[in-house]
Amino acid sequence: MLSFLKEHKFKFIGYGLLLIIGIIFPIVSPNRYYLTVATLGFIYAIAVYGLNLIVGYLGQLSLAQAGFFGLGAYTSGLLMLKLDLNFWLALPLAAIITTILAVLVGLISFRTKGHYFVILTLCIGVIINLVIEKWDSLTGGVRGLIGIPLPNPIGPLEFKTLESQYYLVFVFLLITIYVMNRISSSLLGRTFRSIRNSEDLASTLGINVMYNKLLGFAIAAFFTGIAGALYASYIRFLGPEISTHHLTFEFLLFLLIGGQATVAGPLVGTLIASVITESLQFAQEYRMVIFGLMLILIVRFFPGGAVGEARKLKVKVTDFYNRRKAGNYPSGPGAGSSKGKLGVPSKGESHVTKN
Amino acid sequence: MLLKTEHLTKNFGGLTALNKVDFEINEGELVAIIGPNGAGKSTFFNVISGFYRPSSGTIKFMGKEITNLETHNFARLGIGRTFQTTHLFTDSTVLDNLIIGYRSKTKMGFFDAIFYSPRSRREENMCREKAEEILDFIGLLEFKNYPVANISQEAAKRLAIGLALVTEPRLLLLDEPAAGINHGETTNLANLIKKIQQSGITVCLIEHKMKMVMNLAEKIMVLNYGTKIAEGTPKEVSENERVIEAYLGGVEHA
Amino acid sequence: MDLFLQQIVNGLTLGCIYCLVALGLTLIYGIMEVPNFAHGHFYMIGAYVTFFMMTLYGLNYWLSAIIAGIVLAILGVLLERLVFHPMRHTPATNKFIAAVGAMLFLEALARVLWGSDYRNIPSVYDNVVQIAGIRTTEQKLIIIIGAFVLMAALYVFIKKTLIGSTIEAMAQNRDGASLVGIDVNRVAMLTFAVASLLAAAAASLSGPIFLVYPGMGNIIIMKAFVIIVIGGMGSIPGAVIGAFILGMAETMGATYISSSYKDIVAFAILVLILSIRPSGLFARGVR
Ligand SMILES: Nc1ncnc2c1ncn2[C@@H]1O[C@H](COP(=O)(O)OP(=O)(O)OP(=O)(O)O)[C@@H](O)[C@H]1O
Ligand SMILES: [Mg+2]
Repeated sequence: MLSFLKEHKFKFIGYGLLLIIGIIFPIVSPNRYYLTVATLGFIYAIAVYGLNLIVGYLGQLSLAQAGFFGLGAYTSGLLMLKLDLNFWLALPLAAIITTILAVLVGLISFRTKGHYFVILTLCIGVIINLVIEKWDSLTGGVRGLIGIPLPNPIGPLEFKTLESQYYLVFVFLLITIYVMNRISSSLLGRTFRSIRNSEDLASTLGINVMYNKLLGFAIAAFFTGIAGALYASYIRFLGPEISTHHLTFEFLLFLLIGGQATVAGPLVGTLIASVITESLQFAQEYRMVIFGLMLILIVRFFPGGAVGEARKLKVKVTDFYNRRKAGNYPSGPGAGSSKGKLGVPSKGESHVTKN
Repeated sequence: MLLKTEHLTKNFGGLTALNKVDFEINEGELVAIIGPNGAGKSTFFNVISGFYRPSSGTIKFMGKEITNLETHNFARLGIGRTFQTTHLFTDSTVLDNLIIGYRSKTKMGFFDAIFYSPRSRREENMCREKAEEILDFIGLLEFKNYPVANISQEAAKRLAIGLALVTEPRLLLLDEPAAGINHGETTNLANLIKKIQQSGITVCLIEHKMKMVMNLAEKIMVLNYGTKIAEGTPKEVSENERVIEAYLGGVEHA
Repeated sequence: MDLFLQQIVNGLTLGCIYCLVALGLTLIYGIMEVPNFAHGHFYMIGAYVTFFMMTLYGLNYWLSAIIAGIVLAILGVLLERLVFHPMRHTPATNKFIAAVGAMLFLEALARVLWGSDYRNIPSVYDNVVQIAGIRTTEQKLIIIIGAFVLMAALYVFIKKTLIGSTIEAMAQNRDGASLVGIDVNRVAMLTFAVASLLAAAAASLSGPIFLVYPGMGNIIIMKAFVIIVIGGMGSIPGAVIGAFILGMAETMGATYISSSYKDIVAFAILVLILSIRPSGLFARGVR
């Protein structure tokens, strides 16, 4: 048990910090505005976790994400407004409906590969957006949906105050992070990552690539749908712009800032991006100028994002430290064989071919 | 009979890479496929491992027709393979590569993962044990925590074989396992292949290194321009007129 | 019947604009394997340059269009040098994301510099003309003729010059062609220049009949992607055919089915095609 704790030291510290900071934030926050920023940031972060599963773990650049977010939001909003459903019924229904649609989308789009997949998912996102915008009688078109009810109280717990809404969203964020962490550290996460690394190899090892992509896509859509539903009842107004590809690109940016295929990345990235946005208050119109540039700079120079680059740094530092300690690292047999690579000792390398 | 192909044909556009190949592999055998460059050897592997769909013809494995199954089912039924250019999961360690190789033998799914069910724990341990067993078998145990990018080419070749072995195949297809490694390493590799056969796995090998093929194989099929031109024991094949002609007409290989 | 002929002309006009944009996109894709997301925003900037040349400096329409073409060609080369060239060995996903970044940057920059208002390039040629019983405007004729002249020029460039035929060879056959002794850098830069120039031309030609605003590149870039997917990514004739198919389908869809859902037509076609043929209509790969 102790060794388990030690091995996952950073993880536990991370969780502890998240929990403590998350809980005390509303108490210490100097102004209520920050609370609204944090709540919205958490909602977005949940959607970014979904995206991370597809883009980060499965390596499939799906650009329909905002479409699913909008779908979750509108489904929940409409269920509450038009059918008077309870929030606690509307939310799971919205997530499930989003998931079902995502599976249908996945069945079509995962048959395509590479750029075709990217463009196809982008177009599917655009179709969802256009349907939301044009289906005036249902969605209110460009005028949007107004007056979506607050989440219904659970017993004595009401969600009328900003603080209570913050905690509600925070709990959902924690659930999301827990699930993503479990996926990431299980065989399922390994399966997803193997598909990202080489679909061909994964399938020759007996892994059903299509099934796993669909599974990842469905889980991602489920959480994105939840994020959408939370958004609907938090902002209480929905317009078609929450489903445009611009929001997809923002999610993508948040993910890249934080670091794809990491458990902390989506939250870290979303929070960093929120802080940047807020510090640009006086120059809001420059926001996307800066984000656009950041996107280019990140993929060019820091593809690992904040978490990924930090991890690389940590490896470098421990490596350096070990080397100093051991004098000569690594010390396994075969070290220092040909081409500076490590491996089974070889007896001279007479005819290494081009292969 | 473990594997049987009938009239197996594969066209790439106008090119016939495989032309009506009939071939049989019996349980426990060590067979080899040889032929000049571009003869269709790798294509044959790609088709019988489910990686490519054949244009026509059938594949039977353990008496069951498997021609139109999806790629992952070939592996699940017991056909393991390596690629001509070494394919590994480059972003992880030696051990992690083999762990994922055992995934198809496990059943845990999404809910096992999020609830950390006993099954998921048991299967994760199973994967780890199996991976270490294979690492020991291929002689890479001490490198288990090395990133794949840091091991030598010869070790990577062994690991690729290990990756195919970890799926517990009945039939193992090795595409030029000895390409690009030196003489001493080739001998080690030949020993490994023998060891694999002795452990009860049927092996089919593509190789240009004739000495190795002649020493190892019990049966050889020769392909040329996608067509089977000879089949038999190493002795029979090496004396076959058409084979000698094909090799003299094409490029000579070491 | 009259309406039908009218719509044929409209579809042709739209097809011409799509064609110029899609040709550039397919060329860039063929050479660099970059789905250049910023291409539609080059179209947008081309429209703004034309607009400002005419309104601020009082230049005439044609001169403004030429200046827009030159400015955009330079911008295209800059984008290639600063973003795509340094990233040529990175995974496809990274290049795609960089292109998205460039797109977001350009749109936001346009918003900051020029505001979000809708503008209109002053139309000099808005007389109605009647040809063979079809009523249309001079501007539409100019679009059609202009686009065909440019396509012919591109054809001559590709078929008759060495560098042009190199571009074609590289675009259509990325891995197969043995391209010894070719300055890949020069080809890449030239491709971006030509492609961006075509986008600017599309914008200058269509500016007088469309609105000019920072987000105008968004829809057209996606339609251009739909077109090159229909025609086969990297294929030059495919882009031309795809553009006219889409131009016609949209115009007819808007007239005879529903005008409010007209933008969906393009994307629905794409989804349909890729559902039936996952590797595009004219796929070359086999498996
Ligand atoms: N995916 C593909 N698409 C098109 N042609 C292919 C494909 N794979 C193989 N070919 C062609 O099929 C023919 C047979 O190729 P194959 O790789 O099977 O040869 P091989 O016998 O393995 O040769 P080598 O000894 O060089 O590995 C070659 O002409 C090759 O170019
Ligand atoms: Mg081969």
